[in-house]
Amino acid sequence: MIRFSWLQFRAQAAVVAGALALLAVAAAVLIHRDDGSVRTWLGLLVIVTPGLIGAFWGAPLVASEFEDGTFRLAWTQSVTRRRWMAVKLVVVGLASMAAAGLLSLVVTWWASPLDRGNQFATFDQRDIAPIGYAAFAFTLGVLAGALIRRTRPAMFVTLAVFITVRLAELTWLRPRLLQPVLLNLALNPGSTGYGQAGTLSVLFGSPTLMPNPPDLPNTWITSTRIVNAHGEGLTTRVLDGACPSINRGRGGGGLGHTKAPQAVVNALQDCVAKIGTTYHEALAYQPASHYWPLQWYELAIFLGAALVLAAACLSRIRRA
Amino acid sequence: MRCQPSTPCRHRPWRTTGFVNDSSKTLLAASGLGKRYRRRWALSDCTLEIPAGRVVGLVGPNGAGKTTLLHLAAGLIAPTTGMVEVLGERPGDGPAQLGRVGFVAQDTPLYSGLSVAGHLRMAAYLNPGWDGEQARRRIEQLGIDPRQRAGRLSGGQRAQLALTLAIAKRPELLILDEPVASLDPLARREFLRSVAGTAARSSVVLSSHLVADLELICDYLVVLVASRVRLAGDIAALLTSQRQRTGRPVTLDDLVVASMSQTGLR
Repeated sequence: MIRFSWLQFRAQAAVVAGALALLAVAAAVLIHRDDGSVRTWLGLLVIVTPGLIGAFWGAPLVASEFEDGTFRLAWTQSVTRRRWMAVKLVVVGLASMAAAGLLSLVVTWWASPLDRGNQFATFDQRDIAPIGYAAFAFTLGVLAGALIRRTRPAMFVTLAVFITVRLAELTWLRPRLLQPVLLNLALNPGSTGYGQAGTLSVLFGSPTLMPNPPDLPNTWITSTRIVNAHGEGLTTRVLDGACPSINRGRGGGGLGHTKAPQAVVNALQDCVAKIGTTYHEALAYQPASHYWPLQWYELAIFLGAALVLAAACLSRIRRA
Repeated sequence: MRCQPSTPCRHRPWRTTGFVNDSSKTLLAASGLGKRYRRRWALSDCTLEIPAGRVVGLVGPNGAGKTTLLHLAAGLIAPTTGMVEVLGERPGDGPAQLGRVGFVAQDTPLYSGLSVAGHLRMAAYLNPGWDGEQARRRIEQLGIDPRQRAGRLSGGQRAQLALTLAIAKRPELLILDEPVASLDPLARREFLRSVAGTAARSSVVLSSHLVADLELICDYLVVLVASRVRLAGDIAALLTSQRQRTGRPVTLDDLVVASMSQTGLR
């Protein structure tokens, strides 16, 4: 069954292996000649590859057997269907992980002289995390194909679910994986602004004081809040009470940046100083020493999810 | 109507003698067998028993449940109700049981991107009892280029390749689901001749909605209408008893049509 899986899969494997080899050679030639965009594009490639693996290797694995009717050929050979599924999952799954792992390895190696900045900025494009994403996306695709039984819809569902899971993990789970380092700072009137940040807060939030993040090299700042001694956040009511003038006048004009009049700047600085007597900035961040533990956690979480999905594939295929 | 155990059969045209199988054994036994897809019953309460060592023709109108019955017998689907046994075992129950049954599905599915030789290699990898020499010889005799991709074969060649894959695993039972439905008359005749050639080594169950196809190679008949067995038995014995009853010669076609329409013979 292993030899048969390889017989069916080798053409696709050869294409990807060839592309990887080409990329490695190109990277070796291009090394250090970075205009910035090559690094960005390679990073993007590492990010989208697991999703493509899920859609193009995972989803058709079972779905195409149903679509072409060949399941009637495959499952009437002297191999039980569970074994058929298990071997396919292992062979193509390991190939998926190898492809994503090698791509990440090439990109990590190529970009290492350029990656002198914040490691966390390229967290999901480097090192071992992409291996976990590929395993997860692949098994997700196989399960979608086994449930939907049609290749095209299974591919779309795979991509949609994969993107959703990745975003949820990135914004919600990953910051909570390791206890962050907490840091309390006094509010600095010189570097604290007023406004809104983030796409969602523009819609739902109200403007508040916005301290500029301090310069903490190679860290991932997961939250920045203004709190008092009891840990309570700064409310609009308190802010308006302390600085009645702050919400008046027009907001910073819609087009481009216009320099605020000196009077407004002074008023804001006075306000921040006044608030700063009872409130301070509370920072949570992941230090550089957390980078590798987080990479391993990330790999373990997605591999674990992949194992759960693989088990679901096996139980699904037995009842088909 | 239940199927009766039949008397030993008479020779049919092309039929070879000398069974490996003991005809007292049961090839296929079903009781109260049913399969439901969501709300629709594709087969319900089907009870039948077919003795081994036969070339069995399964006829019936579209929607009678022929394909469902054969898929159940090949272990491709599991029954919703009742039970089915093939060669004394539950279908699809382990690799050994799968090896005892060869299956040629309707429209003879193949991997269109895989070559003919690739298909033979696949079957060699997946079947411990694979007879590679026989398979190669068959493909050669049929004049099929082993390097050809399966997607580019003619309908007749596809059917022959699918049959080769099924018989070279040396099964005790060969199941064919409407194998000739899409073939032209010449390819159809060639194919049925090939099937008849395998009957010396294995029992055969063949479904069709054309009686003429079955008449060429079958010696046992099962008529299935709306999941129920309307008529089953040795073809020669069925014809003889009908002739004795009506007092005039009857053809197999008459017999099948009469049993399907439930009006009896005129």
